[in-house]
Amino acid sequence: MAVKNKKLNLKDKYQYLTRDMAWEPTYQKMEDIYPDERFEGIKIVDWSQWEDPFRLTMDAYWKYQAEKEKKLYAIFDAFAQNNGHQNISDARYVNALKLFLSGVSPLEHAAFQGYSKVGRQFSGAGARVACQMQAIDELRHSQTQQHAMSHYNKHFNGLHDAPHMHDRVWFLSVPKSFFDDARSAGPFEFLTAISFSFEYVLTNLLFVPFMSGAAYNGDMATVTFGFSAQSDEARHMTLGLEVIKFILEQHEDNVPIVQRWIDKWFWRGFRLLSLVSMMMDYMLPNKVMSWSEAWEVYYEQNGGALFKDLERYGIRPPKYQDVANDAKHHLSHQLWTTFYQYSQATNFHTWIPEKEEMDWMSEKYPETFDKYYRPRYEYLAKEAAAGRRFYNNTLPQLCQVCQVPTLFTEMGAPTKLSHRQLVHEGERYHFCSEACCDIFKHEPEKYVQAWLPVHQIYQGNCEGADVETVVQKYYHINIGEDNFEYLGSPDHKHWMSIKGEKPADENQDAA
Amino acid sequence: MSQLVFIVFQDNDNARYLAEAVMEDNPHAELQHQPAMIRIQAEKRLVINRETMEEKLGRDWDVQEMLIDVISIGGNVDEDDDHFILEWK
Repeated sequence: MAVKNKKLNLKDKYQYLTRDMAWEPTYQKMEDIYPDERFEGIKIVDWSQWEDPFRLTMDAYWKYQAEKEKKLYAIFDAFAQNNGHQNISDARYVNALKLFLSGVSPLEHAAFQGYSKVGRQFSGAGARVACQMQAIDELRHSQTQQHAMSHYNKHFNGLHDAPHMHDRVWFLSVPKSFFDDARSAGPFEFLTAISFSFEYVLTNLLFVPFMSGAAYNGDMATVTFGFSAQSDEARHMTLGLEVIKFILEQHEDNVPIVQRWIDKWFWRGFRLLSLVSMMMDYMLPNKVMSWSEAWEVYYEQNGGALFKDLERYGIRPPKYQDVANDAKHHLSHQLWTTFYQYSQATNFHTWIPEKEEMDWMSEKYPETFDKYYRPRYEYLAKEAAAGRRFYNNTLPQLCQVCQVPTLFTEMGAPTKLSHRQLVHEGERYHFCSEACCDIFKHEPEKYVQAWLPVHQIYQGNCEGADVETVVQKYYHINIGEDNFEYLGSPDHKHWMSIKGEKPADENQDAA
Repeated sequence: MSQLVFIVFQDNDNARYLAEAVMEDNPHAELQHQPAMIRIQAEKRLVINRETMEEKLGRDWDVQEMLIDVISIGGNVDEDDDHFILEWK
């Protein structure tokens, strides 16, 4: 008679396969093995209190990840074999993917490096295992995103050299500097920045409504990698919340340190996601929900519940959340009108929203769109129709901290530019907001070193001083193919031929 | 102030059983269909029971199998062999 295998329950299995695999060192002192664990001022009394509620062990991890990969690649194959790119809503949509591949996918790789590093720096075995699994997840995300988009790269421009562009192009220094800032911090700040503030509080805004939008625009490959990545994200978010609770429970001296990190990284993440606001409102031809609605659900509602839960530890909501909440009515419009002016230096196209799209925005932004933003588009459209499509040839002033051009307005005063400046050791620095200025004041020695793309161009570090040279030679953006207006672009003409319509330039001649 | 927990699944065959089980065990929950996804939210607490899922599927089901179809969650997680619980305490 067969004896039924005795199976360990989840809790015991987790205990045996993580904590019990670690040991107390005897040849070397703990503080020599884990030298980075103390300098941030965080006090850990008892690492055994660390909880991983998913209780995932390596054997289960490989099993479920393998299953996810099999499903994912079956869909990539089907998408490519059936020329899935021909079934998207409109080729304007592909521009969101260009921004994603050069702005977001390299962050997945940076996260892989970051978690590999901090996965070595904690003396607690539970934390090390969780970080190592997340490192492998992040590497998977970076790879699957590149695989998904390699099909688009065969048919559309602007996707050919994303990692190179990520390191150099002016607006891509926004995501790049965000992650470099986190990775060059200590291990506890890194976890607060990425696991908590970014993964738990903010990534839903990137991966849930935007990916649902990809589905709504016929992009089967992207929605599939997005949701496959996000299935790991549920685990990362849980890690983020547990990290914060663990640090706060360990010692009361940790509370003010963590609060300052939450203030900083909420704001850094919010500024980074301003790029996503424009992807949602402007770059999805079929629209699912507005940025403002997504912000209400995924920050105001979910973040509200979260920070209410953290009250018991003495944590309050992030310092500048009122500014972020107010900005939901303006953010995407201010970003898109800026990118519209600088399309000569981007690896994606921009355009004036069509009439139905503007009506959708009037409906979604009843207080602001018709009053502040529609008139700008009407003016720009008139200029374009008269043969004067507007490009701004003055390089923008960048914020020293978030590196976004100083394009935002003051809370409650949408026609007043938000700008701060201060002099530090004889040099003047500029900021987009009080919040970024605060971040600088706390660590000026870090942010004076920022690699600001506009300054670098003027200092002669980008192979030339004129826009053409920088764009073509230094950025590897192909002029006349990847950049400028969407209407009449090679992508537009190619899309019209796929759809059996007349090329754009003939239509324009007729008009 | 209301404190909602939530879980989001891919809208696929597995997740339809999950959604059915969740709605059966959490009568206070609200289910929303959005393109390619199913979002369920509830005041304070949501539970997925292994037993209900096994009944729906007609086979053994490991609680960790939900990792394949889940897109996002909000709330404190507590998982063991029989339940997956999301909670604001």
